[in-house]
Amino acid sequence: MNNLTFMPVLWPLFTGILLIFFAKKIKLQRGISLFSSFIGIVISLYLVFTVRTQGILTLGVGSWDAPFGIVIVADMLSSLLVLTTNIIGFAILLYSFYSIGEERERHYYYPVFQFLLIGVNGAFLTGDLFNLFVFFEVMLMASYVLLVLGGTKIQLRESLKYIIVNVLSSSFFVIMVAYLYSVVGTLNMADISQRISEVNQPGIISVIAIGFLIVFGLKGAIFPLFQWLPGSYYAPPIPVMALFGALLTKVGIYSIFRTYTLMFYHDQDFTHTFLAILAILTIIIGVIGAIAYWDVKKIIIYNIIIAVGVILFGISVMNEQALSGSILYIIHDMLIKAALFLLVGIMIKISGSDDLRDMGGLIKQYPAVAWTFFIAAISLAGIPPFSGFAGKLLILQGAAEKGAYLGMAVVLISSLMVLYSVMKIFMTGFWGTPKADYALTNGKVNKMLVPAVLLVIISVLFGVGTESVYPYITQAVDSLMNPEIYNKAVLKE
Amino acid sequence: MELLMAIVIGILFMCATYLMLSKSILRIIIGTGLLSHGAHLLILTMGGLKGDSVPLLSDEAASYADPLPQALILTAIVISFGVTSFLLVLAYRTYQELGTDDMEEMRGTETNE
Repeated sequence: MNNLTFMPVLWPLFTGILLIFFAKKIKLQRGISLFSSFIGIVISLYLVFTVRTQGILTLGVGSWDAPFGIVIVADMLSSLLVLTTNIIGFAILLYSFYSIGEERERHYYYPVFQFLLIGVNGAFLTGDLFNLFVFFEVMLMASYVLLVLGGTKIQLRESLKYIIVNVLSSSFFVIMVAYLYSVVGTLNMADISQRISEVNQPGIISVIAIGFLIVFGLKGAIFPLFQWLPGSYYAPPIPVMALFGALLTKVGIYSIFRTYTLMFYHDQDFTHTFLAILAILTIIIGVIGAIAYWDVKKIIIYNIIIAVGVILFGISVMNEQALSGSILYIIHDMLIKAALFLLVGIMIKISGSDDLRDMGGLIKQYPAVAWTFFIAAISLAGIPPFSGFAGKLLILQGAAEKGAYLGMAVVLISSLMVLYSVMKIFMTGFWGTPKADYALTNGKVNKMLVPAVLLVIISVLFGVGTESVYPYITQAVDSLMNPEIYNKAVLKE
Repeated sequence: MELLMAIVIGILFMCATYLMLSKSILRIIIGTGLLSHGAHLLILTMGGLKGDSVPLLSDEAASYADPLPQALILTAIVISFGVTSFLLVLAYRTYQELGTDDMEEMRGTETNE
């Protein structure tokens, strides 16, 4: 059953194609995509357990041997991220039923949603650099459509900018693949890794490493390349925003994970120090944005940038603790960002405004929303029993071992500021006297709350049960710290 | 030959950068077109401009041109076709809705959400 490795990609592809045929039948669309998402979770759970028992799974597409054909590789990191992606996809799909509106649903919202999942799952699972580019494009094309679907003025304006930035970064990706191909003469990631370790990182490889950092940094919004993100993520409707915030930037980070642990690890003094500096600056910029705004969407959007910085700082430290911290943190962050966007969407739905200064006293009529938001907020900041804690703790431990005290200080202070920014939402939005009568049709809000509560419960379980998840993380870190394990599994030597 | 190609590709990138920094949407889209031309030519060049024959097995030849970069370019070309056509239609819609093609007037400010 080696084809299991590719099922997280094939299954949404099949669903997406099927959904195109009945675009106007909304009930059927909802039913099929919800069922398919649920099966997607089951498949990826099965994938995680199979990787746990059998080690890294590889699938040579078309029975061609590893360096010559395209290889699909599921190691523990990829399978965990695929599982997280599918859970988030399920929750956001459920939320979309109550919030996206029939007009959008009739115009291929659900098929495009599935195509986005194909792109994300494929990018996590591929073992080939050019194939990664193609899955990036699948993901980006779907995101262009989701961003502009509906065609309001702000969406048109912002998607124009988003597409131009991404066309630029895609061209950069092609250019970097061309350079790397001319140096090593292969596209398979494991083969590239072996050949680079044979030539032992001359100057040109460092240049290409920084080039890839620019490419993936443009996708993942790191310090000097983040300017497109606040505007573009502000434009689409809430479920699309949650999907983008939880998945898209994380694919860029995963690619940095992959390239900087598998290929470009020979000249760490240069490449990883560079990465560390950018990560710290990213955190600082994110913090400044998060405490500056009174707009609930903007606050969460800048929190994405902070999390990107924290995870990248963990990667740049490159020891066992910091890497496992980064993996824990990326999974936690995907879950909790999706939940926060959904909750903020409910707040906007109730109060009819996204400005905090127009809200107040929501807790009186909507206590369930308030307490869910409270738990999500303290999880985001990393208060001990919840999910953000273990990841940050391990990153800090790893950094202390390496003596990166400046970075440690920035990460710790940033947690405080993150807490301040989300508590600002909680205290001004939910406490105080109500600024208006917020009596909505209560049933709809309760339905919208279900997926958010689901995500928060999963993230709380993830935080409380870190001990039982930890063996999986260790297995993921093992193949990151020792590229030979990955290379052996792929090249079958 | 590779040196000449490198210079030409450099000029293409230069023009693309210049055009993408201008105000009008159409100039920016022309810039993205030039950028992808440059990137595609770069793959071809970096794969090496050697070999006696086209990569077709029916031609009896001692050596063939590297077939891999050609396949990569073909993939990249159709992808950039797709994206460019989407971008052109989007620019058309934006022009209809917003009534301008000037990027300077498409700022997102507090009053212009």
